Amino acid sequence: MRELLPLALLGGALGLDVVCFPQMMISRPLVAATIAGAFVGDATTGILVGATLELIALATLPFGASRYPEWGSAAVVGGAIAATLQMDRAGALTIGVLAGLATAWVGGWTLVKLRQFNAWLARRQRPALDAGSRGAVAGLQIAGLTADFVRAATLTAVSYLLLFPVSYATLGVWSFGDRTSRAVVMGLAIAVAASAAWTNFHSARGARWCFAAGLAVGLLVLVAR
Amino acid sequence: MPALTWVNVFSRLLAIQGSWNYENLIGNGVGFCLEPVLRQLPGGTHGPAFKAAISRESAYFNAHPYLAAVAVGALARAELSGVPAERIERFRTALCGPLGSVGDRLVWAGWLPFCSLLALVAFGLGARPLAVLLIFLLLYNAGHLALRAWGLHVGWTRGLGVASALANPVLRQGPAHLARAAAAIAGVALPLTVAHVVPGRGSVLAVVLIAAALTAAVLVRLHGRVEGYKLALVLIALFALVSVAR
Repeated sequence: MRELLPLALLGGALGLDVVCFPQMMISRPLVAATIAGAFVGDATTGILVGATLELIALATLPFGASRYPEWGSAAVVGGAIAATLQMDRAGALTIGVLAGLATAWVGGWTLVKLRQFNAWLARRQRPALDAGSRGAVAGLQIAGLTADFVRAATLTAVSYLLLFPVSYATLGVWSFGDRTSRAVVMGLAIAVAASAAWTNFHSARGARWCFAAGLAVGLLVLVAR
Repeated sequence: MPALTWVNVFSRLLAIQGSWNYENLIGNGVGFCLEPVLRQLPGGTHGPAFKAAISRESAYFNAHPYLAAVAVGALARAELSGVPAERIERFRTALCGPLGSVGDRLVWAGWLPFCSLLALVAFGLGARPLAVLLIFLLLYNAGHLALRAWGLHVGWTRGLGVASALANPVLRQGPAHLARAAAAIAGVALPLTVAHVVPGRGSVLAVVLIAAALTAAVLVRLHGRVEGYKLALVLIALFALVSVAR
């Protein structure tokens, strides 16, 4: 568990990117899980978890005040667990993705709580804000950023601490083969991504034909390889 | 705007959602970004003009975080030009809706999925992890940072007349073009990603793709009633339980 503190700090930094700073999408699962995998010594496993979670994340776009899963910390947890468990063991990808999804779900709830906390702080500072205090404005901003970092780091640490032993034990009694395990998870991820693509793009004129043409190209590439 | 102030405001824009909350949304963030500009008001930071402006600009505001740069630039110009407070407040209210919806369609529903799917194509074709990450991050952030810089520039140069900038072809027609491009890239990315992750060829791949297509059709029918990630969470958890129990 020597990796816990560095992973928590990584989760804090990447979780901060989701909403607060700098929104450069280093928190996307594809990026975060790969970095987490590299952190524990296996970027290749990290990116397998990241790509799977990325497909699922395509269905949850961060529109304004809506509640959405927090993928930054979640992908760190999922990528690190799968990379630590070693990907050549059947079920490791499935368990990494499951850990990521569970953390993302809880992470969405923690984001709501953070926003409520920020609102409470803003109410307390209302008189100072009304008086035009630059210190109050900067203070609220710094408090929000700090709280978000602490939230994401704590979420990463607690999730990893709870889910790693469970994942390790589960992998010990995993009965499905590697191919079946990967096929089920990937099938679900592709289904979520395809439905998200349809929902997002079908209203644009010609997008259906573009998708069909792209699919034909993708299948041709597969046949040709 | 002096170059150093511009850099200061631009870097603060990256943290505009730092205190996002359900009461004034990014209002405090807007005040935080404008603060370096407002120091130039008569009397400096201790003057009544500064205090009135910082109070006004920290009130409720909502916009897409990247396109909020347009509002920050325009409000900076308006405050330094001595535009009456009532007019600035009306302008802030009018700007919220368009900057939110245009940004959501252009960035969250267009540019982000496009870059993400393009990176997945590279992944599916067997690119190294570092290459996949660089493709995604460099491409996405080229658009992201350019949009913020353009927003700040156009807001500052046009001031309260910035609404006409929202008629820019990139903002008006960009989402539809991006949707078509992303749809095409999605078509390429999905089978390639499956093939890269699931070992074996032919029949296994065909079964996965057909099962995924059927599940996707069900998800589309259930749109608004079932969230894809929650369904995936439940079904993968059930699969893990069966694997452990049998």
